[in-house]
Amino acid sequence: MTEIVVLSGKGGTGKTTLLASFAALAKNAVLADCDVDAPNLHLLLKPHVREKGKFVGSKIAHLVGPLCKNCGECVPLCRFDAIKVIGSQHVKKVAIDERLCEGCGVCSRVCRYKAITMEDRVVGEWFVSDTRFGTMVHALLEPGAENSGKLVAFVKQKAKLEAKRLGRSIVLVDGPPGIGCPAISVLSGANLAVLVAEPTQSGSSDFGRIAELARGFAVPAVLIMNRYDLNLNMTEVIELQAKEAGIVPLGRIPHDEAVVNAMADGRTVMECGSGKATEAIEQTWNAVLRVSGAAVG
Amino acid sequence: MRGVSIRIAIASGKGGTGKTLVATSLAAAWREALIVDLDVEEPNCYLFFQDGDTTTKKAFRPVPLIDTDKCNYCGRCAEVCEYHAIAVFQKQVMVFDELCHGCGACTLFCPKGAVSEKDHYIGDIVRVQSKGGADLLYGRLKVREASATPLMRQVKREIDVGRSVIVDCPPGTACTAVESIRDSDLCVLVTEPTPFGLHDLKLSLEMTKRLKVPSVVFINKTGLRGPDVARFCAGKKVRVIGELPYEREIAEAYSKGKLIFNSPKYRPAFEALAEAVRQEVRSA
Repeated sequence: MTEIVVLSGKGGTGKTTLLASFAALAKNAVLADCDVDAPNLHLLLKPHVREKGKFVGSKIAHLVGPLCKNCGECVPLCRFDAIKVIGSQHVKKVAIDERLCEGCGVCSRVCRYKAITMEDRVVGEWFVSDTRFGTMVHALLEPGAENSGKLVAFVKQKAKLEAKRLGRSIVLVDGPPGIGCPAISVLSGANLAVLVAEPTQSGSSDFGRIAELARGFAVPAVLIMNRYDLNLNMTEVIELQAKEAGIVPLGRIPHDEAVVNAMADGRTVMECGSGKATEAIEQTWNAVLRVSGAAVG
Repeated sequence: MRGVSIRIAIASGKGGTGKTLVATSLAAAWREALIVDLDVEEPNCYLFFQDGDTTTKKAFRPVPLIDTDKCNYCGRCAEVCEYHAIAVFQKQVMVFDELCHGCGACTLFCPKGAVSEKDHYIGDIVRVQSKGGADLLYGRLKVREASATPLMRQVKREIDVGRSVIVDCPPGTACTAVESIRDSDLCVLVTEPTPFGLHDLKLSLEMTKRLKVPSVVFINKTGLRGPDVARFCAGKKVRVIGELPYEREIAEAYSKGKLIFNSPKYRPAFEALAEAVRQEVRSA
């Protein structure tokens, strides 16, 4: 099984648009949307949910009001400033800010009145769905939740199991922006990272960091320049930057209004007749298959 | 509001909608503002501050250090670690710094006092003093460091008291977005009129509502064929505080690292935005 992940560092470079087009071209892939806190792939693939479940990310401290003597011993021990003393000088009360709690359990362990329990925290929901391009695994993180990296790992694992069950040889993963825990979680265990960059100063800066991350985790990477004709000079700068980092510039996708229009209609550009972008995307996909060594069928 | 200083977060669910463009040009229109780039995974504001004086300091977070002379390998530290960052063997303790959240449980509960803490490098805190106009403060996460929030918190501690602050936030709606938005007086959500932009705007509004941070919307790339974001905002009673058209000219200027505020054609839009934001905060 070949796991191909699409990442970019910078947001909005066209990861999802490109991945949806790849999905239309791939004949034997299971899809996974690992941008769990702002997922978009479902808007183009319109999945029918077949199976779903809640995802427990971590523990969370819960104050059992009647047991708490408001002694405040736990307050200074919380490294995440999640426990505060509220109220006036005379009536002091201990309160837990659940948004800041990281579930370490220190407060619960030190509390001599057993007034703090550690509860499971549901941080999101996951789905296994049918789409017109095959099975898709996706998720939605609760707004503001922690542990998106764990949910990402879960979605990827689920997609791999689906691929195995269905006898598919490719898992195509849409990644999140950034280089933090969700991006690391997407990279870990991947066979090929497809890095999508745009020809801007920001694009160059952000590509440099995601490329370094891929190298750090020893995942082979290729570069695709999206809307490369927006600034041909910057396209060449970033391609050179890639070569110096041992990353092959694999394709260039031109700016094409057809892509914007297809998105507005909730479709991939591959389903809207052929044009300059569709040709480039098809060539790029074939190159990705060749480099990744994925079985075509 | 803390005195006269106000804090404005420039955020978005979807990436690439123009947060940095809006933050840098708004800061230029604001004058005397401190722009704080909390997108520590992929900071970009520095590209617009190339001629300033830069000072850099290293940032760290605490991770456990085991004193093997005192340790009796009882395993208590591993037992209290919720993050599986410590493994204890018969004559060895392994610490996985990347998994550690720095909660201090191992140090606190070690019966032999064998666990202390050492510094683990997580990135840099950079300040750029520009010749005129706004100054920049930002964090740059070390590549391969998984958790951005400890660095973000340390950058926030460096913010000058009494100064108006414009925060460039990371994309998304997860913990890093929350960390960058939560102490703000106003959140400007930058979006674009595409199905992706509108979908993620809805998630962002849900998040800012939970955080109880008043929010307004800035629509970038108006004129693109797509959903009517202004109508959606009117229906939700969310104010549209400004907009910028979808023009190749803007994209090209931005691609070269040019400040859009410096273009006479677009300057009035950002001067109006600065005024509208001030008013919005005053009336809140």
